[in-house]
Amino acid sequence: MFKIIKYSFYDLMRSRWSYAYLLFYLLLSFVLLFLNSELSKAIITLMNVITVLVPLIGTIFGIMYYYDSREFTQLLLAQPVKRTTIFIGQYLGVAISLSMSLLIGMGIPFIIYGLFGSSVIWDFSLLLVTGVFLTFIFTALSFYIGLCNENKIKGFGYAILLWLFMAVIFDGLLLLSLVYFNDYPLDKFALVSSMLNPIDLSRILILLKLDISALLGYTGAVFQKFFGTSFGLILSLLTLLLWVLVPMWGIKRKAKRKDF
Amino acid sequence: MIKINNLHKSFGKNQILKGLDLQISKGGIIAILGPNGSGKTTLIKAILGMVLPESGTILIDEHNIKKGSSYREQIDYLPQLANFPNNLKLKELLRMIKDLRSRESSKDQELINLFELTPYLNKKLGHLSGGTRQKVNLVLALMYDSPLIILDEPTSGLDPVSLLHLKELLLQEKQAGKTILLSSHITSFVEEMADELVFLLEGKIYFQGSIEQLKQQSKQSNFERAIASILEQ
Repeated sequence: MFKIIKYSFYDLMRSRWSYAYLLFYLLLSFVLLFLNSELSKAIITLMNVITVLVPLIGTIFGIMYYYDSREFTQLLLAQPVKRTTIFIGQYLGVAISLSMSLLIGMGIPFIIYGLFGSSVIWDFSLLLVTGVFLTFIFTALSFYIGLCNENKIKGFGYAILLWLFMAVIFDGLLLLSLVYFNDYPLDKFALVSSMLNPIDLSRILILLKLDISALLGYTGAVFQKFFGTSFGLILSLLTLLLWVLVPMWGIKRKAKRKDF
Repeated sequence: MIKINNLHKSFGKNQILKGLDLQISKGGIIAILGPNGSGKTTLIKAILGMVLPESGTILIDEHNIKKGSSYREQIDYLPQLANFPNNLKLKELLRMIKDLRSRESSKDQELINLFELTPYLNKKLGHLSGGTRQKVNLVLALMYDSPLIILDEPTSGLDPVSLLHLKELLLQEKQAGKTILLSSHITSFVEEMADELVFLLEGKIYFQGSIEQLKQQSKQSNFERAIASILEQ
């Protein structure tokens, strides 16, 4: 397993896109910090970027890498290596290299601007942790979609649709249903449905950690009561972890039964 | 060496293998022939465990291939399409395969010299031409001393000199007592190399035997015509 991860990782570390991704984060963070030189404000802006862009990049990289390496995967399949090892290994290789770009690209500017001496170090860490989680989640989902679809165009389409659903449509539906069922008590419903979408979950987690939950109005109070506690934090992180593990299990299951 | 029993496989509605039985004994070059879509590659991939049959058993040296992947230590495989990770250099790819198999190769340098791949060692694989990729493919497939060698269309894209080298190599391997299973559409190549033919037709073995037997059975003196006459029946 470790060997496959290593080589997928090397392969990606050498591709121009990894560097473009790294450079993008470096530039973005530097520009943001330069413009408002206050770490906590930069974090809020970055949160918006992370919750939308990180899943998108994870999805695109995941699905591209899967389809690009199909022939090579066939070569690996003929080697004395277990199937699940190959696919989980490749997945982890992609997810780890993307996470590295994220960590380095955002870490360096913040460290230069005095992160360690500041009070927002925990907020920033949470931002990075959710960013890494989102990378792992969406790369796994797109790998699973790739495994299920031989047709590249279809797979690509489904993966992008999934991202669009999670990033945009889900919120719209949630909002609609909240307005529609306005007369009923909705706090539990809102809580549970935010758990069902890793992007929403990450956004709420960071917002509450940044203590700007007042922006969320009444629901903010409910959320604050739940997510603000350490129980809520742990439960949310566990949910994110589940969001990684379930697609990984799907990859494993699918890989075992597929013809190549 | 290989024992296949009642193998069935279909892709969707398309039945490819319909109860195929095949026994291949140790040693020699065996050519798998058949028209396009007759299931040659499917059969090969089933032996390698890449295609999972609906029913039937495949035994390699009495070992059922469903039980673990370690039997592939004993197999060298040349896939039909040669495609590698584009960002790796040739040198790194070789090191990686050795690393994955946890075995040093005794023959890789010799093969690299033979196919004149030394100038490409530090080039990225994405920049190699189709024929060069096929040569790399061959080096990967032949650099281990495995008792069973499976080659899917080994001649595709090779220049005449490399083809000659390939033939010599295969004869050497045969002399060393290995079993070589290959599929090819080039009749002259098959006629020159094969000790035994396996002819696939409509998902079953239509004929298994030597070239001479095939000629006798089809009452043709020419190998190419013998094949054509089977297909026209």
